[in-house]
Amino acid sequence: MSAAHTLPDLPYPYDALEPFISRQIMELHHKKHHQTYVTALNSAEQAYAKTSSPKERIALQAALKFNGGGHINHSLFWKNLAPAASESKGNGGALKDGPLKTAILESFGSFDAFKKEFNTTTAGIQGSGWGWLGLNPSTKRLDIVTTANQDPLLTHVPIIGVDIWEHAFYLQYLNVKVDYLNAIWNVINFDEAEKRYLEGKGSKL
Amino acid sequence: MSVLALARTVARARPAPRLALALSTQSKSLHTLPELDYAYDALEPHISGQIMKLHHTKHHQTYVNGLNAAEESYAKAPSPKAQILLQPALKFNGGGHINHSLFWKNLAPPSAGGGVLSPGPLKDAIDADFGGLDALKKQLNAATAAIQGSGWGWLAYNDATKKLEVVTTANQDPLLTHVPLVGIDIWEHAFYLQYFNVKPDYLNAIWNVINFKEAERRYLEAAK
Repeated sequence: MSAAHTLPDLPYPYDALEPFISRQIMELHHKKHHQTYVTALNSAEQAYAKTSSPKERIALQAALKFNGGGHINHSLFWKNLAPAASESKGNGGALKDGPLKTAILESFGSFDAFKKEFNTTTAGIQGSGWGWLGLNPSTKRLDIVTTANQDPLLTHVPIIGVDIWEHAFYLQYLNVKVDYLNAIWNVINFDEAEKRYLEGKGSKL
Repeated sequence: MSVLALARTVARARPAPRLALALSTQSKSLHTLPELDYAYDALEPHISGQIMKLHHTKHHQTYVNGLNAAEESYAKAPSPKAQILLQPALKFNGGGHINHSLFWKNLAPPSAGGGVLSPGPLKDAIDADFGGLDALKKQLNAATAAIQGSGWGWLAYNDATKKLEVVTTANQDPLLTHVPLVGIDIWEHAFYLQYFNVKPDYLNAIWNVINFKEAERRYLEAAK
């Protein structure tokens, strides 16, 4: 009935985010971790399609949420990263004047204040999870929120997601999460973020 | 805080005015990073020296520091609301300290008996409750690998049923429902530098360095 999910290609080569995120991490993260979520999501959906009771369906919820969330989150992640402008490789890290920049300044006072709060909040996750800049659909304001494990962000429109699972940074940054969180801002794709922001604001949700 | 914490502080009391003041108000015992019983590279090739050193001196140390800070704040908390706000920090860092302290002790180099389950009460219980060590390994590894996020897998003793069970805890939650016998850390920092995404390889390898003597000690303590 529904087509199988597939691993989306990265919009850039595996080494494109260096020196901020290593090629080794990007390869493992995409080809192993994200692929595993895709494969398991397909299995879970296949199993779900064959269920014949609410109890069986509820029993599959954990697998659907974990792998579905993993697929959603990583698909968003690859797109909200881009090769660094500071390395003359792309638009990563460059926040141009425009609606998103204005909204960030309005909600947080300054870009540095935003980054600081985002990083502190994300580093404060007790376990695995994601830090998000999200658009609150009721207030239409930007909030910094987190999700645990592979829970997808449901309360807000995801604008920027940062993976803080250890596999996202450990090979390069070891235990020093803060260095990873500082570095990643050089490769955040603010153009994609602004696209999501404008879409989210225009939505009737 | 608790009577136990107070007793611990008294037992460790040295002549120090600051400590005396602490005893008279709330007990504050400073938690410290326990030393390993073996060298950082002693568990190789099963767990690398690089991982052991980072895991001990950085990750566990951070939980110890975080716990001390949280307890200091808790002692000064002026209301139930303020105390409740500190619960996540106490649980996360307290759990991290508890779990890792148990972990270092339930690992041992092969030269010190790591990986060897000798005949005795623990082996008998494993045979009775799982059908043998291989079956236990399979079940514990499957349960641990299936944790959706960070956490721990445990061989544990159920005091109500008097049986051994495989249980898991999320994040740094301590095991409270059972007596921990063997803990396996499945946070990515516990294996990623060596095993990358291949969790099953780590989970197979670690059985070579499980300290069954310590596990049996815990079992006999719990079962009496």
